Amino acid sequence: MSGRTYRPEGIADEFTQGVRGGENQDGTTPSSGTPAPTTPQVPWIGWRGMLRWTWRQLTSMRVALMLLMLLAVAAVPGSILPQRGQDPAAVVEYLGEHPTTGEWLDRFGFFEVYSSAWFSAIYLLLFVSLVGCIVPRTIAHARALRNRPPRTPVRFARFPARASGTTSATPQEVTAAAEAHLRGGRRWLPTFRVDTGDGTVAAERGYLRETGNLLFHLALLGLVVAVGVGQLMHYRGQAIITEGRGFANAVVDYDTFESGAWFQPESLVPFSMTLDSFTSEFATDAVAFAQSRDFTASVTVTEPDGSASAETIKVNHPLVIDGSKVYLQGNGYAPDLLVHDAEGEVAFSGRVPFLPEDQVYTSRGVVKVPDVSAGLDQVGLIGYFLPTAVIDEDGSARSVFPLPESPLLVLEVYRGDLGLDDGVPQNVYRLDTANLTPSLDADGERVKLLLEPGDTVDLPDGLGTVTLGEEVPRFVALDLRHDPSLAWVLTFSLMALVGLTGSLFLPRRRVWVRSWTHDGVTHVEVAGLARGDDVGLQPEVDRTLAAVPGLSPDPAEPTPDPAPTHETKEG
Amino acid sequence: MEIAELSDLLVWAAATALAVAMIAFAVDLGRRTDERVEVKAQERVAAGSVTTTAGADAPAPVAGTDGVAEPRRRAAGIAMSTTWLGTAMLLVAIVLRGLAAGRAPWANMYEFTMVGSFIALVVFLLLNLRRDVRFLGAFVTGLVTLFLVVGLNSFHVAATGVQPALQNYWLVLHVGVAIAATGIFTVSFVMSALQLLRDSRDAGSPFLTRPGFHWLDRTPAPAALESMSFRLNAVGFVLWTFTLIGGAIWAEDAWGRYWGWDPKEVWSFVIWVVYAAYLHARTTRGWSGRRAAWFVVVGYACVLFNFTGVNLIFNGKHSYSGLS
Repeated sequence: MSGRTYRPEGIADEFTQGVRGGENQDGTTPSSGTPAPTTPQVPWIGWRGMLRWTWRQLTSMRVALMLLMLLAVAAVPGSILPQRGQDPAAVVEYLGEHPTTGEWLDRFGFFEVYSSAWFSAIYLLLFVSLVGCIVPRTIAHARALRNRPPRTPVRFARFPARASGTTSATPQEVTAAAEAHLRGGRRWLPTFRVDTGDGTVAAERGYLRETGNLLFHLALLGLVVAVGVGQLMHYRGQAIITEGRGFANAVVDYDTFESGAWFQPESLVPFSMTLDSFTSEFATDAVAFAQSRDFTASVTVTEPDGSASAETIKVNHPLVIDGSKVYLQGNGYAPDLLVHDAEGEVAFSGRVPFLPEDQVYTSRGVVKVPDVSAGLDQVGLIGYFLPTAVIDEDGSARSVFPLPESPLLVLEVYRGDLGLDDGVPQNVYRLDTANLTPSLDADGERVKLLLEPGDTVDLPDGLGTVTLGEEVPRFVALDLRHDPSLAWVLTFSLMALVGLTGSLFLPRRRVWVRSWTHDGVTHVEVAGLARGDDVGLQPEVDRTLAAVPGLSPDPAEPTPDPAPTHETKEG
Repeated sequence: MEIAELSDLLVWAAATALAVAMIAFAVDLGRRTDERVEVKAQERVAAGSVTTTAGADAPAPVAGTDGVAEPRRRAAGIAMSTTWLGTAMLLVAIVLRGLAAGRAPWANMYEFTMVGSFIALVVFLLLNLRRDVRFLGAFVTGLVTLFLVVGLNSFHVAATGVQPALQNYWLVLHVGVAIAATGIFTVSFVMSALQLLRDSRDAGSPFLTRPGFHWLDRTPAPAALESMSFRLNAVGFVLWTFTLIGGAIWAEDAWGRYWGWDPKEVWSFVIWVVYAAYLHARTTRGWSGRRAAWFVVVGYACVLFNFTGVNLIFNGKHSYSGLS
């Protein structure tokens, strides 16, 4: 090989070593590959030497291997401990239960493992190592792409795959036949790269193997960059909308909104969307009773130019609008509630989403009623919405099916200062009852108001009345996401897959053929060398020999080498 | 009724057949050892040698090449036919399960166990068509029997449809390929484990040179096991890579993000990294051979944990076991 083959420190490569050990077939001794690495003996190699040594260490195979192992280990805690990105509430709960260890774990980023300094450090070092290894290899490979196969060695004895025979054809014919066979049928992409000499053929295949290897690693690099860019440019908003209502694609219209550092609010396309209806289906057979089977949201999308279109959103089938995807992430019931206070004034009117807590949609919700008339307490209602309620003998109600066949709303009543006037944002799904007075009945039990659709019930303690609307609207939780890097992420992933497949399954082989005439008989010898394990090498050599015209089976091992001809296929 | 119950019965039948196969394979492995020891003893007598170290430095010529006229191996024959039988019954059970549920039969842990076991058996049987790998039989059928019985006893759920998030052709692709990879990793794990044992025995490990481990001499040399294991691992790794990519594409549609460090995603990533480390270790000076084989063992342990531990202990988006 004339070109220098770049190999990172510590890589074991029998293929190139096999040639290096070759019987100086072409005069040049390959300059790559220092003998087994020894510990540095020079007492002081200078700062530049130190830097170079560090760089070589970092880009060595051994360090890459260590970093890979570290990466695997470092990823594990994120599956054991709750993570802020996935479940912030669980993190808060964990911190509450384990104040001391929790605080220390938090300090070291164990609740945000995948964005923590140490996790980032590992994969950044890994990618630096990868770049340091792959870039020189890519350059070396680009140079080697035009290389010719190494010249035919004088002796074939040391090669792992060999075959020999005699033929009536002349050495020239043997050479031509072997060359044609090794090149294969495709002119534009020969199987082997072939050089011929006087009675010799040297052939090499498998440049695509290293190409695949490099493609895989470069694609991984591209993948990480694409993911990073996506993180910077993405945005994601969540909105809960009820049937007949809608929202506009604007930051203020979302219940929650988060975006990357490079996000521009002007980039939101101002379409609007109305939820026309929502339907759900549930299994009714005994085996999987009440398991969800289908969710469909029918929406009308109005584009900025005024054109409207009817669309559906289903789980697994997000709606794509102007490059953003709208996902159906949740659903439930939003009972229509009307509260009159003691003065008869309307204190609250609206749909209140009740969040389902189980398979049969036992849904919990909170109503915070402000003090509309002067001098009255604020009123908090907490309760459950039961789509198909049954009332047990002990008087407790529970839901038995997720669809609204006999809906029932069960409310407890609290009064006091809910903090609605403090201007502090509150969680609309939670009511802190610590400082509130519950309404109690004669036995000291909390009063439970039961409402069916259309009912109006007096609130206890003369607080007013509450009315449940005739219809119980459905709500859907929509998740809108825009990530401009998706196409790139997919492209790089597929490139990595293709490259990986090539680097693992494309054989890299060298085949040499030598033929000469002795006593009027043409002798043919074929030898093969492969990179790594290659069960197909001996068959390749055998096929090459079989391509020789007029071949007669090897009668008496005319090989001058005393070594055994056919090693068994596997050790 | 009916189809689903018939399917369960067939899985029990398959597990029974495979248990029989395992015993027959074990008998075969043991008997072959005796033969070999006899042959060795004869050789030694013939050579007039007086060494008494049996098999300590066994040069282990090629196993599997039927160089010496080998007597008919009846136990091996029984083992192979019962393995084929068990595999066929498992296939029918899988098809019936799919019919009963009206979908691809790999949407919960029980079905995953069933199909993964089937794939491991198929890999073993296909390998055996090309070369003699019957030494693997006892371990593959043993593991599969174990998996099936655990699946039936602990993971079994009734055959039924799936929730909306699973109603996607990616269920067939993503989960199907993951199962195929798991089945392949199972067989390659057996190979690498045997490689480690055989290597230790050859190196004179006091424990493994005991007479009870004579059967190890019947396995191919460590280098041959290594290269067989590598070829399977390479296929498994590519399939696992596809599992991750396909899963990401599906998650993008179903959950609104392609990657979210869900526990299952974390462990699938860990598995991917471990097998990637294995592929690197193989080509790193000083890490090939034994050390690389340990990566396969660790990787397979992660595969098993990803399937059992992550499904049952952690609460994530991949909680589709159907168990409560």
